[in-house]
Amino acid sequence: MSESLTFHFDVNGEDFTSAGQASVRFKKNMRELGVDPEIIRRASIAMYEGEINMVIHAHGGVADVEVSEDAIKIVLKDQGPGIPDIAKAMQEGYSTAPDNIRSLGFGAGMGLPNMKRYTDEMQIESTVGVGTTVTMKINLN
Amino acid sequence: MEYQHSVSLDIEKCKGCTSCVHHCPTEAIRIRDRHAVIDAMRCIDCGECIRICPHQAKKALRDDLLDLQRYKWKIALPAPSLYAQFNNLDDVDFVLQGLLDIGFDDVFEVSRGAELVTARTRQYLKTRKGPRPVISSACPAIVRLIALRFPSLKDNILDLLPPMEIAAAMAREQALKDHPEFKREDVGVCFISPCPAKMSYVKNGLPEYKSQVDVVVGFKDVYFLLINEMRYSRRPKTLSESGMIGIGWAASGGEATALFNDAYLAADGIDNCIRVLDRIEGGDFPNLEFVELNACPGGCVGGAMTIQDPFIAKARLQTLRRFMPVSQNFVDEKDPIPESYFVKDMGSYTPLNRLSDNMAESMRMLKEIQALKDELPGVDCGACGAPNCRAFAEDVVKGTASKYDCILTHLDEVKAFLREKEESL
Ligand SMILES: Nc1ncnc2c1ncn2[C@@H]1O[C@H](COP(=O)(O)OP(=O)(O)OP(=O)(O)O)[C@@H](O)[C@H]1O
Ligand SMILES: [Mg+2]
Repeated sequence: MSESLTFHFDVNGEDFTSAGQASVRFKKNMRELGVDPEIIRRASIAMYEGEINMVIHAHGGVADVEVSEDAIKIVLKDQGPGIPDIAKAMQEGYSTAPDNIRSLGFGAGMGLPNMKRYTDEMQIESTVGVGTTVTMKINLN
Repeated sequence: MEYQHSVSLDIEKCKGCTSCVHHCPTEAIRIRDRHAVIDAMRCIDCGECIRICPHQAKKALRDDLLDLQRYKWKIALPAPSLYAQFNNLDDVDFVLQGLLDIGFDDVFEVSRGAELVTARTRQYLKTRKGPRPVISSACPAIVRLIALRFPSLKDNILDLLPPMEIAAAMAREQALKDHPEFKREDVGVCFISPCPAKMSYVKNGLPEYKSQVDVVVGFKDVYFLLINEMRYSRRPKTLSESGMIGIGWAASGGEATALFNDAYLAADGIDNCIRVLDRIEGGDFPNLEFVELNACPGGCVGGAMTIQDPFIAKARLQTLRRFMPVSQNFVDEKDPIPESYFVKDMGSYTPLNRLSDNMAESMRMLKEIQALKDELPGVDCGACGAPNCRAFAEDVVKGTASKYDCILTHLDEVKAFLREKEESL
């Protein structure tokens, strides 16, 4: 069995202005580990999008990241409203983001598609009224 | 003390063309003895003349990077618009690391100050008394323009210090805490500026306030050093401690949208700003909470000391911001706004439009100006060295120009004279 390292981040959903902190901290961790810059870029974008989604759409949640020799696995878990139609949510341009945050550039409906594009595997499990868990994997080799 | 400007003229290069004369928003430039002369009382250091001059005869004065040598601890304070100058940049840390690599001992982003000012402004707007709309204090050219041309709007200006000052004070405080071996004067805070107006702000301060910045250089002064040093293949240290909100201040609308208050307006470009101020002063203005005005086109990304086209810079900024945390600097709104954030005295200047200190005298002069103006051709050709016939009439009445400087009025006589001369040959 190979060694692995885990990181846990609480993603605060109370204060919108604090969204995005967990991804920045994880990026710092990856740099310390000496991860390849291109992988850092992909992993931080994917985690960022997922983290922002939890803040905007699900009142926050938790992010757990596992770095092993061959992959980075990011699990984002929230207890928000859930996604009724995952296929639809995955479409580029589909968004239910509220108006007041669009002025900052959110709400393009590009988050989930970006997460898919920048990772090697992605799964969404969601139950309306219970919450959503997004699992992403990026291969290191 | 006399106001120190940051826009200067290279007499050798100036051809005496009237581009800048026509373009100056405060009509501060005249042509005298075949070259431009800037009236220090009127100049707001907006940099329009630097942008427009076809001969590159106008320069933005700034300090030399070598001026930093006298400090033991050198801190770079990059304006957020600096990040928008680079190709393919997707992480601000590369720029910050670059600043360390070219010789700064530490970096402190102005965008951190911006996020704090944003948070404090949000807090302040809830209780601030005084006239609405509140006008941003971030662009020094606008603040000086208001003092000179719209003195009745002085109380509308947000009386909080701009991000550059908040950042500079924090940077120094942090350095002195981390390095108790240094004295205050050992620490040099160097603002990397997109424009000459910020330079003037630093040099002149306010009546009861001395700027916390020690040295000001322009983007051009660090840009080439930086691109030689920056390598996107490297892993920079994680240095950035700000987010979308702070970096958004680089472009028009960034400051206003971050207030999360829909009742705002953001205008950029000096002529547009003047139009908005005219409307506010005239009372013919919608009921808005906040007005953000930037003298440069596009906001600070359009500053006269930037490298990149402002619209390209703005597009880059959007890409760069896309994956940033919303903010990384927070305040507790339960705490009152620190005293050190407030501007006690914005300063006052003699309003530009006043002809003399004596009302009767002013009326006499105005009458004379109007009479003379009616005699002038009204072509606004600029050949006399003034931007238009009305300004010329004013110059004549004030005694700074001679009525014979208008050659158009005498065109027929000149032609007759030349014809006579030719015939007599
Ligand atoms: N964790 C979540 N909980 C509930 N709904 C979600 C969650 N994540 C995404 N959604 C839904 O899926 C939609 C699409 O998400 P996506 O991230 O692609 O776009 P967006 O967040 O609306 O905009 P952008 O990410 O471009 O700023 C969202 O508008 C929202 O309705
Ligand atoms: Mg999203």
